[in-house]
Amino acid sequence: MDLLWTEEDERFRAELRAWIDQALPKLPAATKREDWDARRERDTTWQRMLYDAGYAGINWPADFGGRGAALSEQLVFYEEITTAGAPDVGVNFVGLLHAGPTIIAEAADDQRARHLPAILKGEEVWCQGFSEPSAGSDLASLRTRAVRDGDDYVINGQKIWTSFAQVSDYCELLVRTDPEAPKHTGITWLILPMDTPGVDVRPLRTVIGSSEFSELYLDDVRVPVANRVGAENDGWRVAMVTFSFERGTSLVSEMAEARRQLDELVKVAKVVTRGSATAWDDVGLRREIGHAAAELDALWNMVKRTVSEAARTGVPGVGASVVKLYYTELIQRIGDLALRVLDRASLSLDDVFDHSGHFVEERLRVLALTIAAGSSQIQRNIIGERILGLPR
Amino acid sequence: MDFTLTSDQEALQEAVRKLCEGRFPMERVRALAEVGGVDRDLWREMADAGVFSLRLSEADGGAALGTAEAALVFEVLGRALVPGPLVWTHLAAGLVPGAAEGDRVVGGLQRQEEPFLVEYPDAIDVLLAVDDDGLWEVDRSRLSARPVSWPLDPLTPAHVAGGLLRGERRGVPGDAARWRLDGAVLTGAYLLGMAAALTEMSVAFAKERQQFDKPIGSFQAIKHILADMFVRTEVARAAVYAAAVNLDEPALGPPARAVAGAKLLAGEAATLNAKAATQVHGGMGFTWEVDVHLYLKRAWVLDTTFGTADDHADVVAGLLG
Ligand SMILES: Cc1cc2nc3c(=O)[nH]c(=O)nc-3n(C[C@H](O)[C@H](O)[C@H](O)COP(=O)(O)OP(=O)(O)OC[C@H]3O[C@@H](n4cnc5c(N)ncnc54)[C@H](O)[C@@H]3O)c2cc1C
Repeated sequence: MDLLWTEEDERFRAELRAWIDQALPKLPAATKREDWDARRERDTTWQRMLYDAGYAGINWPADFGGRGAALSEQLVFYEEITTAGAPDVGVNFVGLLHAGPTIIAEAADDQRARHLPAILKGEEVWCQGFSEPSAGSDLASLRTRAVRDGDDYVINGQKIWTSFAQVSDYCELLVRTDPEAPKHTGITWLILPMDTPGVDVRPLRTVIGSSEFSELYLDDVRVPVANRVGAENDGWRVAMVTFSFERGTSLVSEMAEARRQLDELVKVAKVVTRGSATAWDDVGLRREIGHAAAELDALWNMVKRTVSEAARTGVPGVGASVVKLYYTELIQRIGDLALRVLDRASLSLDDVFDHSGHFVEERLRVLALTIAAGSSQIQRNIIGERILGLPR
Repeated sequence: MDFTLTSDQEALQEAVRKLCEGRFPMERVRALAEVGGVDRDLWREMADAGVFSLRLSEADGGAALGTAEAALVFEVLGRALVPGPLVWTHLAAGLVPGAAEGDRVVGGLQRQEEPFLVEYPDAIDVLLAVDDDGLWEVDRSRLSARPVSWPLDPLTPAHVAGGLLRGERRGVPGDAARWRLDGAVLTGAYLLGMAAALTEMSVAFAKERQQFDKPIGSFQAIKHILADMFVRTEVARAAVYAAAVNLDEPALGPPARAVAGAKLLAGEAATLNAKAATQVHGGMGFTWEVDVHLYLKRAWVLDTTFGTADDHADVVAGLLG
């Protein structure tokens, strides 16, 4: 067991830090949450800057234009990006962390050539059209129908909770191609260009008040058969190839950011006053914050364990579900602590002082984490059945 | 960075696991309650396996291994619930003659923790005390001691001691500080092993026990309790291993925060898992016959040594921001 970064890792860290220091000031300032065009512009500009500097696709293999970084370098990358306050993947989430890796693993060469460089350069934004009104946790029960007509599939149905749909160029779409087959075996994975006639995006308002996700209505939408990834009716397997990926890696930058936020919260607690004392003088509150910090430290070490295991064995270990379940519940408790520290300032999403509004917004945002990408209950089922071998 | 066990570390755990399987099956562990918690021959066998001397230099009869290896060993001892003042004797190896070899059994306590409950009073040869000013060897002839007739944990017999004096100095404040860190991590490792054992025994029971014509492990209410037990254990494992590695590697920075987190999370994993295990076992869980209560009671005992959960949460908080 060795937790020291190698000299190579440290060299990488120094280079990256120097680059971020000069690059960040060139990036347009963050915009309002609801200004989606500006958000897309900023996130894709940053992605292009990363690409030009050789940092795009930190987790993608070099053969496909990524950096092909060792897993330890990836952790260094996320640590540095968050420490510097640089943007997270933002609207590039699906492209970089889900659709892209799926295309790498399963797509044909021409599909790879067409989409992978564009995703890396921030030229293509993707969304994920998996969930449906009646297919959530039980995703395999999805009903959106695709019927073969010559060289096209004709698609009818509805998707829901499609994040970033309003600014996406492409959608990774799961459709039912064989309604007679058992539910897992009649599904196909398609690349849907979002400007295809018959695609109707209707934004939904979230608890934050903004529209992070949309409904997607599909009405006689024609998608060329050439846009299929993997074989017809093999889409469930194609989608699952990268699910563990989504659960594991996508939380790493989120966790690095949480560590930073907790330090920020302590700073706030040391200055906000209640009567004659600060929030930090409240022994009970402080103890709970110390407890949460210990848990967050442990989870970060758990990520290192998972990453080390993956580097050694080539497969992600049991870590992904464990980290997802524990982290998402922990971050909600940390959000509760933030509201207690802010006290009456928590009534406002505008900043009452410092970045107080950000903590309130975060408390709302993290409500989604125990639901999306496999709810906490589903994670417990997975751990119970696949890891502990309990009967269904 | 490679945060997995080396093959040597795996082999070390396997060797101690075999020793525990052969020498400390649960019937034997339970029987140790009749002899004050320690059987001298078994104690020497543990010494021969290096449990106490592991970190001493080869010249001193040790294996020159680190705290990480010691933690891995204590995890396995915790799984088997091996009783006795293992952590104190391990810490005393090299300081108290005979401790490393298993010839003398060393107990200890924190001098701040009044009332003074001395563990394993009939088994120990030497009693050490740790306080902010250093390490002390207590003169037991001057202690007044009242035996506890009904100890919480039948495998942790105790005396209530009065008039605890410092006795002879055995170490400076720096030694005491290091003992507290090492002691917290090794106790945490032992608790981690207990937490893992509790998960395994509960999972096994949930697969066997049938109600409503199904194994109870098929009910989500039970399945999710078991999943949480597993998760808690793995998070504690990351914390304990990282703290142990941190103690061996000064370049990783001061270890205080990692150590506090490790003891805190391992203690919680063991106590929460023991309570959950009691629930999963139903009426059997409330019997003397089923081992769960022995784990629960030990977890409560160990939560009071080398800092409580609250103490450690306060330590982490004090190092934030
Ligand atoms: C912010 C956000 C962004 C999202 N983005 C996308 C996206 O871009 N693309 C996309 O396709 N989807 C997206 N989703 C959808 C997400 O994957 C689903 O919300 C999730 O799979 C849960 O499905 P559901 O909402 O239908 O809830 P349901 O499955 O109806 O679950 C409701 C409740 O029942 C519980 N439950 C369900 N089944 C079981 C079971 N077997 N055992 C125990 N409890 C159970 C759940 O845990 C939950 O508490 C997003 C969701 C959120 C919140």
